[in-house]
Amino acid sequence: MTPSADITRFVTAFEHREAARNGSHFWLGDLRREAMRQFTTLGFPTRKTEAWKYTNIASTLRRTLATDVSVVSVDNARAAPIPGLDAHVIVFDNGRYRAALSHIQDLPDGVLVTGLAEAAQSHAWLLRRYFGRVADYETCPFVALNTAFTEDSAVVYVPANTVLERPVHLVHRISSGQDALVQPRVLVIAEDNARLTLIQTSVTTSAIPTFTNAVTEIFVGRDAHLERIDIQDEPDGASVVSSLDVTQDTGSTFHNSSFTLGGSIVRNNINVLTDAEHCQTFLNGLFLAEGASHVDNHTLIDHAKPQCYSSEYYKGILDDRATGVFNGKVLVRQDAQQINAYQSNKSIVLADTARMYAKPELEIYADDVKCSHGATTGQLDDEAIFYLRARGLTEKQARSLMLVSFARDVTERVTIAPLREVLDALITEHLGA
Amino acid sequence: MTPLLEIQNLHASVEEMSILKGVDLTVHIGETHAVMGPNGSGKSTLAAILAGREDYDVTGGSVFYQGEDLLEMDVDERAREGVFLAFQYPVELPGVSMMNFLKQAVNSVREHRGQEPLNAASLLRLARRNAELIHLDPSLKKRSVNEGFSGGEKKRNEIFQLAMLEPTLAILDETDSGLDIDALRSVADGVNALRTPDRSFVVITHYQRLLDYIIPDFVHVMVDGRIVKSGGKELALALEERGYEWIREETSAVPA
Repeated sequence: MTPSADITRFVTAFEHREAARNGSHFWLGDLRREAMRQFTTLGFPTRKTEAWKYTNIASTLRRTLATDVSVVSVDNARAAPIPGLDAHVIVFDNGRYRAALSHIQDLPDGVLVTGLAEAAQSHAWLLRRYFGRVADYETCPFVALNTAFTEDSAVVYVPANTVLERPVHLVHRISSGQDALVQPRVLVIAEDNARLTLIQTSVTTSAIPTFTNAVTEIFVGRDAHLERIDIQDEPDGASVVSSLDVTQDTGSTFHNSSFTLGGSIVRNNINVLTDAEHCQTFLNGLFLAEGASHVDNHTLIDHAKPQCYSSEYYKGILDDRATGVFNGKVLVRQDAQQINAYQSNKSIVLADTARMYAKPELEIYADDVKCSHGATTGQLDDEAIFYLRARGLTEKQARSLMLVSFARDVTERVTIAPLREVLDALITEHLGA
Repeated sequence: MTPLLEIQNLHASVEEMSILKGVDLTVHIGETHAVMGPNGSGKSTLAAILAGREDYDVTGGSVFYQGEDLLEMDVDERAREGVFLAFQYPVELPGVSMMNFLKQAVNSVREHRGQEPLNAASLLRLARRNAELIHLDPSLKKRSVNEGFSGGEKKRNEIFQLAMLEPTLAILDETDSGLDIDALRSVADGVNALRTPDRSFVVITHYQRLLDYIIPDFVHVMVDGRIVKSGGKELALALEERGYEWIREETSAVPA
C-alpha cells in the first residue's frame, strides 16, 4: 500500500495537536506517535487493496474532514436509555465522555465504567497493560489513525470473579456543524471468570455528513463470559468504519451481535483471536441496506489453539441500489486441532439493482477440524408470498412478514429481552412494515 | 337464491395449452361437492384458478362467488371474502412463527368483516380450541409455519388454518395425497367438524377413499378439462369399482 496524498492533512493535524499539548507528556503519547508513524507507512486502502475491493472509502476520505470536533450541542433527549432496559448508561459525544449524562450506579467493588481521564488517574496500570494492545494499529490504517488521535475512551473493567448483572450501555452520539472525522474508542476488560453484557449504540444527529472511525478492543479473560450487542442506526450521509478487536483466554465465551440499520457507507471489521483452548465465539450480524448505501462486514476468527468452537451467522436485506459485502474468514492454525467452526451468510436481495458480495474464506492448516460454511443470496420466495396472500395478507403485509421474520432469526440470538423488542421495532420500522 | 359459487363454461390454458375446456359447477351454501378425476384432468388447475393463481390464462367463461366476479378479485381479497384453499403442497415459511402468521391472517379477515381484531390472549384461546378440534399437535403452534412438519402435519395445519379463518367456501386440493390411513381419517374428522350449514366445501381428489370419511352431497367427475358426469355419493363408489375408463367410454360419444 503506497501512502497517498490523502494522509498528509492528517499528519499536519496530528502535529498541530501534539504541539498544542505543550510537552505535557501523558503516558499515551508514545503510543499515539507510534500509531501515527504506522499510519503514515500504511496509508489508506484503495480499491486495489484486496480487503477493500468492494468498499470505496476514498470518496469519504477526500472530504474536508475536521479532526477536532469536541464542541457539540446534542439534543439530550437522544441520550434516552432503551425502554425497559435496566443498564449502566455511559454517554459519549463525539467520542468525549459526558459524565453528567451518564447513569452509572451501584457498581460492584472494583468495577470501572468511565472515561479515559478518570481511568488514567485511578487505573493507570490497567491502561498501560491493555490500552492499544489488541487494537491492531500495526496493520490496520483506521485503527492506527484512531489510536494516533486518541483523546478519550470508554473504559469498562470487570475484575476477576465479578459478575456485572446489569448490562453496560455505551451511547455514542455524533453531532457536528461541519464535515467531521469522529473517532470514538472503547476499551473493555473482563478478567478471569468475570461476566459482562455490553451494548453499544451509535446515533448521528447532525444533518451534515460525518465520518466515524470507531475502535473497540476487548479482552475476555479465562472462563469469562462477554456478550456484546452493537446497534448502528446511522442516517444517510454518515460513513462509518468500525473496528472490533477481541482476544479470548482459555474457556472464555464471546458472543457478539452486530446490527447495521442505516448509514451511507458502513464497514465493520471484526477480528477475534482465540489464542487459548476451549474458547467459544459467536458472531451474529444483521444489516439492512437501501437507497445507495453500502454495508461491508469483514470478520476474522483466528483459531490459534485447539479445542475451540466458533459460529458465525450473518444476514442481510438489500433494496434499491444498495450493496452488501460479507467477508468471513476463519483461520485454523496448524496447532489448533479439534476446532469446530461454522459460518452462515444469508441475504435477500429485493431489487435487480442491489448487489450482494459474499465471500467465505476458510484457511485451515490443522487436519482434525470440523469447519463448514454456507452462503445463500436470493429473493423473496413467490410461493411463500402467494401462500400468505391466500390467507388474507396483502402483498405488502406478506412481504413485511417474510422480511421481519428473516431478520428476527438474528435478533432472537440476543439474550436481553427488552433489547430484542427494541430491535424488532426498529427493524420493522426500517422495513416499512 | 344466488348460488355461493357458480362456474360457467370456464376455459383456461397454461402456456397456450388448453386445460379447462368448459367447466360448469354450481355450489350452494352448506353443500359439500367432490370433484374427482384422473391425473391431468384439470382438477388442480380448477382449484388454482379459484384460489387466484396467476400462472393460468382464463380464456373464457365466468366464475361468480356470492354474485361477484371472483376472477376480478386479487388472491388476498378472495381470502378476506371467505374463500379458502387448502394447498396440495403447503409452503414452508422458515422464521415465520405460527402465532404471528395466524394473528395477521385472522385479523385481516376479521377487519374485512368489520370485526374487532383479536388480542394475543383471545387468539391463543381460539388457536388452542381449534388445534384440539383438528388434533393438531399443540407444540406445532410454537414453530415456524410448516417448517419441518411431516406430510400429515402440513395437511392438518391447512385444516387448522381453515378452522381459524372460518371461510364460507373451502376448497381442499388433494388434501388426501401423501397421507396414510390414520392421518387421512384424522384430517377428515377435522373437516367434518367444520361442516356447517353456512359453509360449503369443494373437495378435489383423485381417490375415492377420502370420500369414505368426508361424505359429499354431490360428486362430479372431471375428464379432459370438463365435468362429464355428476351424481350423488354413490357415483364415487362406482368410480372406485370401475375406474375412470368407463366414464371416458360413456362420454366419448359426446362431442368436445
